[in-house]
Amino acid sequence: MATLKPETPEQVLEAVTWAVAEETPLEVIGRGTKRALGRPVQAGNNLELSGLSGITLYEPEELVLSARAGTPVAEIEATLAAKNQMLAFEPADLGPLLGGEAGQGSIGGMLACNLAGPRRIKAGAARDHFLGAHAVAGRGEVFKTGGRVVKNVTGYDLCKLLAGSYGTLAVLTDVTVKVLPVAEKTRTVLLYGLDDAAAMKAMSRALQSSHEVSGAAHLPAALTGGSPISYIAEAGGAVTAIRVEGPGPSVEHRAAALRRELADVGETEELHSTNSAKLWAELRDVRPLSAHPERVIWKISVPPASGAQVVARIAHGQDALCFYDWGGGLIWLALPASDALAFAARHAAVRAALKDCGGHATLIRAPEDLRAQVPVFQPQDPGTAALTKRIKDSFDPRRVLNPGRMAAGV
Amino acid sequence: MRMPEPDQAILARRTEIARALGAIVPGEGVILEEDELRAYESDGLTAYRQLPMIAVLPETTDQVSRILKYCHENGVKVVPRGAGTSLSGGALPLADGVLLGLGKFSRILDIDFENRCVVVQPGVTNLGVTKAVEHAGFYYAPDPSSQIACTIGGNVAENSGGVHCLKYGLTTNNLLGLEVVLIDGTILRVGGKHLDSDAYDLLGLLTGSEGLLGVVTEVTVRVLKTPETARAVLLGFPTSEQSGDCVAAIIGAGIVPGGMEMMDKPAIHAAEAFVNAGYPLNVEALLIVELDGPQVEVDLLVAKVTEIAAAHGAVTSRVSNSEEERLVFWAGRKAAFPAIGRISPDYYCMDGTIPRHKLPLVLSRMREMSEKFDLRVANVFHAGDGNLHPLILYDANEPGELERAEEFGAEILKLCVEVGGVLTGEHGVGVEKRDLMGVMFSEADLRQQQRVKCAFDPDSLLNPGKMFPVLHRCAELGRMHIHGGKMPFPDLPRF
Repeated sequence: MATLKPETPEQVLEAVTWAVAEETPLEVIGRGTKRALGRPVQAGNNLELSGLSGITLYEPEELVLSARAGTPVAEIEATLAAKNQMLAFEPADLGPLLGGEAGQGSIGGMLACNLAGPRRIKAGAARDHFLGAHAVAGRGEVFKTGGRVVKNVTGYDLCKLLAGSYGTLAVLTDVTVKVLPVAEKTRTVLLYGLDDAAAMKAMSRALQSSHEVSGAAHLPAALTGGSPISYIAEAGGAVTAIRVEGPGPSVEHRAAALRRELADVGETEELHSTNSAKLWAELRDVRPLSAHPERVIWKISVPPASGAQVVARIAHGQDALCFYDWGGGLIWLALPASDALAFAARHAAVRAALKDCGGHATLIRAPEDLRAQVPVFQPQDPGTAALTKRIKDSFDPRRVLNPGRMAAGV
Repeated sequence: MRMPEPDQAILARRTEIARALGAIVPGEGVILEEDELRAYESDGLTAYRQLPMIAVLPETTDQVSRILKYCHENGVKVVPRGAGTSLSGGALPLADGVLLGLGKFSRILDIDFENRCVVVQPGVTNLGVTKAVEHAGFYYAPDPSSQIACTIGGNVAENSGGVHCLKYGLTTNNLLGLEVVLIDGTILRVGGKHLDSDAYDLLGLLTGSEGLLGVVTEVTVRVLKTPETARAVLLGFPTSEQSGDCVAAIIGAGIVPGGMEMMDKPAIHAAEAFVNAGYPLNVEALLIVELDGPQVEVDLLVAKVTEIAAAHGAVTSRVSNSEEERLVFWAGRKAAFPAIGRISPDYYCMDGTIPRHKLPLVLSRMREMSEKFDLRVANVFHAGDGNLHPLILYDANEPGELERAEEFGAEILKLCVEVGGVLTGEHGVGVEKRDLMGVMFSEADLRQQQRVKCAFDPDSLLNPGKMFPVLHRCAELGRMHIHGGKMPFPDLPRF
């Protein structure tokens, strides 16, 4: 097993061409922080992009940034922060959750996994900010798609397809993303003591208001004690958090309005910018579950109003820990580590819980043998599975890029 | 513009095909009479006309599935159509093709405020979605200027934008789910009421695919609460450079307006003569900046924008003080196309996007082209996101003018690509810009896009002749050229 570390797009092409000729699959890695996510890949060699790094274009007034795919997200975020801008989709840093260090991921890996944090509900995910790419398809051919402007309907939007393809279609070499200004102020309204169902209702009310809520999360009682924010750690029960961002007077106005409008559900409190930043970074990176490194972690996306029901169905009689983001539409669920048999039963329970409402459940963290045992991603109906394979064929007919990472045969 | 040669064998089977389609869609769902087919001969790009072989108007997803399956099995081409408002010829029929009209899919299926979404059939109009939820203070954000007529299905096919997409995104950013039928009749459900996909993002791929990948039969969109208030600022500048700098400064100040539109002098004059919006006539460029949100925020940002405009030499600066006044400010911009229609027998609307700071350069090059082609041009411009709509004025009755207008248009679009922009920001490629795709994409880029097409439609039966300048066979596209068996760059460190 060799690790190829190309330093130019031409070398990426050379590596893929070679892999095609040799029929030797490559495990495609940005900087390697999310290798434990997905099905285990059976590859002869690694193709690591950390040598393909650097910001190639940044025009703050055009709200656009281009970089080599292996550029650290941390470097990009620091560059943006210096101009008071950001990646508005608030990408999660899953490094620590997956057993690594914080701040190590690459922009290519972030896009390939279509990450998004709490602001997903207002600003979209990585897919919504991914404007253009140069890539090497698994066929061993270079292509580009998209551009550097936001409004572009020229040809198919292959950026959307590459976002969330986990490196199974093409190796990104250069990417262009849309960036946005950082809001001047943030306030977070906290609601205390709600059970899951009541929290879903309260978050839904906040999201149905005109207050431009940019985060709505719920921490059940079991997870508040470990919070680094005293207003949450000392709550002695569940905490529901609702975020507003914008110019100072607007944020004050909206936070006050939310507290007034939600006064009937119970006691409220308010976090200012610093504590808010801390809280939403915690939620973004799934740190409320960090005290349980041995547990299996699921990420579940459902219609927001169904969140609590889905959890109730899975957790019935189980030792389950979870919290909600995206107004209830995103569930981070931690189930006990267990033997293969119990794991299979819990997997079946997770899949069954989504039957009525729709959505998808992804096994984000589990030992390798368990990830090989069950579908890591949401199982597809036969029509979608067949189309998925044909799409894979159109980029990577010889299955040289991350084969099997998302599904068998893909 | 050449379309694929009609297949005589298919044309000879017209009666048989009509009978088969009639068995799937009983009653008056199959149209054969020439005078009735005339209604479908073109879309919003009226320079191109073609009668379809047959038009069929199904009412259920099952019928769509059976029609497509039949056409697939019999090698019959299919052109899907919503309201036919495409400005790029996306719904232009084929002489040997079946035109599949989705107009009867006009029901709103589910309004779900708890999940802030609406499920509609694709024939519902864009404005129809907002009408269905406005009683509760909600709206659907993407607002193409044809929103009274254009359908959601067509919006999905074209990834439609509108004035407000600067802040609220395009169609693709406001969709949650689709039901789509593939050419072989397979019915797929993509997405739902939840966010994102943990598999390939078919929702994102299908949006903007111009009816080449599948036929949409159901759409789930996100709806938003209407902002508390909105105010518009009307700004006039002595030069387009100052206006462009002002736009950059507003964005540089961290402000993302709900809408930010620019008009050049010819467009201002035409619009003012048409609707009397009170636009200043002594300026080279007019900006309309709309701020929306809570009153306190809007007032604050209005003050900031006015200040920035003054610093950039605005000679006119007016803020709307009532909803009526805001609408008056917009009236001229919204009527810009028909206003141009009044001063010229015909006009040709272009749709390139450029990096914003290239605007002065592009405008001055366009003035040179205007002289070269001896045709007038007026510009309206989604200034916030760099999307240009140059309107080329011509008279189709004057021999050679249409050709000159098209050549002028093509040169503008090539210029857009040259300065780092793209051929089309929101109107789509269709037939109109098909032969310009090579300006923006290499052969290899286009081949990869067409391979994706092959994954959905291996015989190229769905809306062929659109988007791609050359139709390659899928077998040819799939062929691999294998070379080189050497370990790459052996001098690099390995671990």
